[in-house]
Amino acid sequence: MKIHEYQAKDILRRYGVTVPEGRVTGNPAEIGKLYDELGGGIVAVKSQIHAGGRGKGIVYDKEDPATATKIQDGGVKVAKSREEAEKYGSNIVGNYLVTQQTGGVGKRVLKVYLEKGTEIAREFYLSILVDRAVSKPIVIYSTEGGMDIEEVAAHTPDKIHRLEVEPAIGLQAWQAREILYKLGVPAEAMKQGVDFLLKLWKACDDEDASMLEVNPLVLTKQNTIIALDCKFTYDDNALYRHPEAVHLRDITEEDPLELRASEFNLNYVRLDGNVGCMVNGAGLAMATMDIIKLAGEFPANFLDVGGGANAQTVANGFRIILGDPNVKAIFINVFGGIVQCDRVANGIIQAAKDVNIHVPLIVRLKGTNADIAKDILAKSGLKILVASELKDGADAVATAIRGGK
Amino acid sequence: MAVLVDKNTRVVVQGITGKEGSFHTSQMIEYGTRVIGGVTPGKGGQKSEHGVPIFNTLQDAVDKEGANATVIFVPPPFAADAILEAVGAQIPLCICITEGIPVRDMSRVYSVLKTSKTRLIGPNCPGVISPGKCKIGIMPAMIHKEGRIGVVSRSGTLTYEAVGQLTIQGFGQSTCIGIGGDPIIGTKHKAAVELLMNDPETDGIIMIGEIGGTDEEDAAEWIKLNKKKPVVGFIAGQTAPPGKRMGHAGAIISGGKGTASTKMEAMRNAGIVVVESPAEMGAAMKKALG
Repeated sequence: MKIHEYQAKDILRRYGVTVPEGRVTGNPAEIGKLYDELGGGIVAVKSQIHAGGRGKGIVYDKEDPATATKIQDGGVKVAKSREEAEKYGSNIVGNYLVTQQTGGVGKRVLKVYLEKGTEIAREFYLSILVDRAVSKPIVIYSTEGGMDIEEVAAHTPDKIHRLEVEPAIGLQAWQAREILYKLGVPAEAMKQGVDFLLKLWKACDDEDASMLEVNPLVLTKQNTIIALDCKFTYDDNALYRHPEAVHLRDITEEDPLELRASEFNLNYVRLDGNVGCMVNGAGLAMATMDIIKLAGEFPANFLDVGGGANAQTVANGFRIILGDPNVKAIFINVFGGIVQCDRVANGIIQAAKDVNIHVPLIVRLKGTNADIAKDILAKSGLKILVASELKDGADAVATAIRGGK
Repeated sequence: MAVLVDKNTRVVVQGITGKEGSFHTSQMIEYGTRVIGGVTPGKGGQKSEHGVPIFNTLQDAVDKEGANATVIFVPPPFAADAILEAVGAQIPLCICITEGIPVRDMSRVYSVLKTSKTRLIGPNCPGVISPGKCKIGIMPAMIHKEGRIGVVSRSGTLTYEAVGQLTIQGFGQSTCIGIGGDPIIGTKHKAAVELLMNDPETDGIIMIGEIGGTDEEDAAEWIKLNKKKPVVGFIAGQTAPPGKRMGHAGAIISGGKGTASTKMEAMRNAGIVVVESPAEMGAAMKKALG
């Protein structure tokens, strides 16, 4: 679960990690007052969306830049006066920000974060995440702060450092010193810098962050290390340990169909194609997407209905899939093991009666009682194309779509 | 002999009184697996509905019944502790079915595992089966046949798909190892393939990977140097977009790493027969074995 910058910084403050003072609001009329609360002077006005690249983004008045009017360059602006803060803030709130990471269309910005200006001496990059290769947390850091770290990794990989953390004991002071020395932090900032990094580690560890990125990590002209930006992602599997974090979820950031699927407890990811897929098991679901592509079409989604695959689950699956207007056919691929195919077939028939399915439906059931299941589907009186093997199913899907064109 | 499990494996079930644990214990016993007992703290001294003794601790099951393998069905918040209990009891084989264990818990478990006497399979896996000998896990027994092909996979149903295709081609399986779909797992592709490569009763290996991480590449590197039998490979998620998690906690392409194409290339370079279509795993094995 991703959270906003202002929420992440609240967490860091709770752990004593140095961050600039800031105020958040969704109401443009409040901006002037908040600017004053921060003591005036230089204040950063920052769009709060879950995508990165905000600084170089463009604010539009509509979601689709093709039909929209540009409001301002930059989703993060530096205001030198109350008036400027109000202008930038009201330009942002309620409008749409397009960045490299928003994928063509804009994301609506509902909140803006005002932050007291920082006198920057140097900018660094630092993140903490679990490295699968070593099955441990690692700290990735670089002197090249404030830029896209993947660009840095691609062009100057020698400028990226990594440090493994022993999970049982956590980040140690000597490791924090090593990071700071490699970054070239002056002696005056060392003591506070070590304290900063140890607290940052604790925040990441205690809060079960699957990824915590500080970019830039800043050395101020006053020789203090601070987190000028912060991206924080909770490990979804650990959310049960953080009941208070439930309130940090921003459902306006999620795809409406993915959100609805999560309410049904379905594992759904929306894609660009036009073949709706419903499969049991994540690996088989991915493989089904792959074989659809090999048959010349493209999947509209990933959907794992899990082990159950009963009438209700399948009906909900249909509702989600058909909520995507691009879907031109539906392919159900279930390998019945413990869950028997005849029961899945009956579930599909029941669900197909409950939900109006206006596109071709191709069903491939394999495994326990697959023959009985085929019989049930054939006698159902419903327009269902039944396939025996994976390839037959994918080919039938492609034929159905091309026939429909 | 098969790898990891055989007719002499004495299995204890951690979480035997839960819904899943109880159901699959019945299935395992029906298959002929020697389930010698279960562990549910607080219920020690009772018998399970299957008629096997329940112990308060895993150590009791080892001391009293000689358990040498354990399978874990306990819920995610307690699963890491259950694995560590297996390490503490020095059980040689621990198979964790549970899905949804926090990554932080697993990274701690992993650092303890490295110096332990326990091999962990999973978590978030279907388990291990040597058809005709022993089944530990949740895979449907009836689709499996005794034979000489080994299967290694991160996914459950995709493994069943491979097994189904092998059956059509007339092949049975020596051992199928479901290594699990999480980012941190006890036994990665390389280690699982190594077991099957050195097993005299395995003639060929199907290795099924998916997007995310670099475990398949590591396995390919090992196979390149140690291949002495045909390996057929498939990578799921060739159509998955970057940055999106595809169901499994580990199935995500991040920072340009973990794509299907890099994995497939590494596997081809290692002499693995890589199929693009998941429908061709069985046929490719038949061809590879000539």
